[in-house]
Amino acid sequence: MPSHTFQIDFKRSSKVAVADKKLKRALVSATDRFRAQRSLAVEGTQEWEEIKTRAREIKEHVIDNLDFYLEKLEESITKAGGVVHWARDGEEAANIITAIAAERGVKSVVKSKSMATEEIELNNAFERNGIKVVETDLGEYIIQLAGERPSHILAPAIHKTRDDISKLFSRKLGVPYYEEPEELTGIARDKLREEFLNADMGVSGVNFAVPETGTIVVVENEGNACLCTTLPRVHVALMGMEKVVPRFEDLSIFLNLLIKSATGQKLSTYVSFITGPKNILDNDGPEEFHLVILDNGRSKILADEVTRQSLYCLRCGACLNVCPVYRQVGGHAYGGVYSGPIGAIIMPQLMDLKGVYELPYASSLCGACKEVCPVNIDFPKVLLKLRSDFVKGREKGRRPGLSERMAIKLWRYAMEHRRLYEFISRIAYFAQMPFVERKGRRNGHGRIGSLPFPFSNWTRDRDFPAVAKKTFRNRWRELENENGDSEDKL
Amino acid sequence: MSFSVMGNEPGSKRIKASLFVTCLVDLFFPQVGESVVRVLRRLGVDVDFPNEQTCCGQPAFNSGYTDDARALAERFVGVFSGDSRDTYIVSPSGSCASMVKVFYEELFKNDPALCDALSKVSSRVYEFSSFLTDVLGVEDVGASYDGVVTYHDSCHLLRELGISEAPRRLIKSVSGVKFIEAEMHDECCGFGGTFSVKHPEVSVSMLDEKLTHIGKSGADTLVSTDMGCLMQIGGAVSRRELPIRVMHLAELLAS
Repeated sequence: MPSHTFQIDFKRSSKVAVADKKLKRALVSATDRFRAQRSLAVEGTQEWEEIKTRAREIKEHVIDNLDFYLEKLEESITKAGGVVHWARDGEEAANIITAIAAERGVKSVVKSKSMATEEIELNNAFERNGIKVVETDLGEYIIQLAGERPSHILAPAIHKTRDDISKLFSRKLGVPYYEEPEELTGIARDKLREEFLNADMGVSGVNFAVPETGTIVVVENEGNACLCTTLPRVHVALMGMEKVVPRFEDLSIFLNLLIKSATGQKLSTYVSFITGPKNILDNDGPEEFHLVILDNGRSKILADEVTRQSLYCLRCGACLNVCPVYRQVGGHAYGGVYSGPIGAIIMPQLMDLKGVYELPYASSLCGACKEVCPVNIDFPKVLLKLRSDFVKGREKGRRPGLSERMAIKLWRYAMEHRRLYEFISRIAYFAQMPFVERKGRRNGHGRIGSLPFPFSNWTRDRDFPAVAKKTFRNRWRELENENGDSEDKL
Repeated sequence: MSFSVMGNEPGSKRIKASLFVTCLVDLFFPQVGESVVRVLRRLGVDVDFPNEQTCCGQPAFNSGYTDDARALAERFVGVFSGDSRDTYIVSPSGSCASMVKVFYEELFKNDPALCDALSKVSSRVYEFSSFLTDVLGVEDVGASYDGVVTYHDSCHLLRELGISEAPRRLIKSVSGVKFIEAEMHDECCGFGGTFSVKHPEVSVSMLDEKLTHIGKSGADTLVSTDMGCLMQIGGAVSRRELPIRVMHLAELLAS
């Protein structure tokens, strides 16, 4: 059985994505909106930085003591009447969940938005087992109809325009071409209502899990997660093992950080606190509650001192919204389940796939992600560590090509020997002559409009500056002599 | 004029600075280095240029070649350890300055002796604009320039060194300058070192957006503090023959 259907080739797919003008417009408008809403919310929050620092400390503590907290979580949930399952990898998690469904004769499943279920490709597993599964988050519903993957942690259909959705609905649902968002939402609502009522099992993700009380928290805006977790007779929640916050009272700062960073709301429309299945005092709710705790590479991340902080992520999506690379290419270019800066750091750590080690290079290291991260993940530092691991060939012998490695060695040798460096700069000065155009630059400076590969990667769209006839160090010999006179000149 | 007497009062010691010129400036943009020297001298600083310097190692570091970067980092620390302890190290690049001030530590973390040598060097390193405002306490360097100027925040200066006000104050103090902010002035220009050639299409797409905002701002001059960004932005301005002058802050202040 194939454990993944992900195909990662950032170089190729990013090239295709930047050429797509419609995609670019959709991305710019959506990320601009997210950025503005977040900024407004953060500016209106007193002591935002202090809250972030506190959250970071709690996350550090939790991840350092994760075994303790996870056992405690299991204990609390068991006490509340729920069942906890442990999954080493995605395949095991999918098997556990489909087995729960099969054993109970489940024919139809409703699902709320969950990146962890995307990570383990749960829908494929359900379908292989002949179980119908319906996504009930509007964005996810659209994506499922289109047969695509989410392109944003928070807004899975961010790459789709209204026109795309109108066409998709009329094609897949046999409805007229409606243009108004209200009409489209109304259609989805009607369709989904039937699915909710017919479902035997609901699957959700988990935003936070509290060992103290055995509570899982699900944050959403559409009410669909509420229905998924209360209406069907079985509720299965899937969580990455890092999602723990120790105490119930810690939730106040984490909900604050997550929701403001994600959508700029003070609080999302719905926040569900779920502790076990329906109990004797409840009128409704599921008869069974299962929590599946997923490792899938996370314990490997835990072991690395530098990259461990990747596990502090709250999946707010703020880093995607501010990332200038994400803004150009969108989520699908990353080829996996998580995209943007967080995808670039966790995908290579979670999944051993061809092309996945190129993802940490899909960044200009501008640091905008680090600046907005509500738990202060030092993205550039983690990206650089992953690049370094890649170069050292730590990941199953995958390394950059020989030509790149040789070029770096030669470059280093020249930079270590100043006279050689100067000599090469003179060779470069003469070698460039056939390429230098003298027009159009100030300071008598030449420009280079076209160079052979690999420099053509630069010159295709940008002029390259010519190596100076007299480098700074050569000019310095004259400047040095001016020294004594300089003040008289003023 | 106040700017010409800095550090020249009777009895006061002259401020000394070693220029960490960066390989980009040395090889491609020597006029920027020259401008730095002229501005610093105009403000009464004794400028020196340690001739053994080459590259700080950032391209290797950013590409994941930490061992090669470490070799050059050690070399850098060695070259600048020769200065007297009261000599500042001034660089016309926020990126190269942050390489030394922020990222070298990571490279040396298993070697206490090197860490010690590093801290003596890195505490003396200043990016050009912050050296003027924070060490010399100067905003008006006595320059004049006739134009509408906008400023591009280079990412490392802004986010690694936390400097955004110093260059703006210096620009605004230039006589004849009308300063305006462009939209998304703190968005990356798409350079990112080797990123610009590893992912040229994405890099240029980012650059397109930057140029659109600069164009819309109504500025006729774009100033920044890093030759990486300026090579990227300038490369497209020159290719597309856009009516914008692209210059380093030091060039503006030397004019």
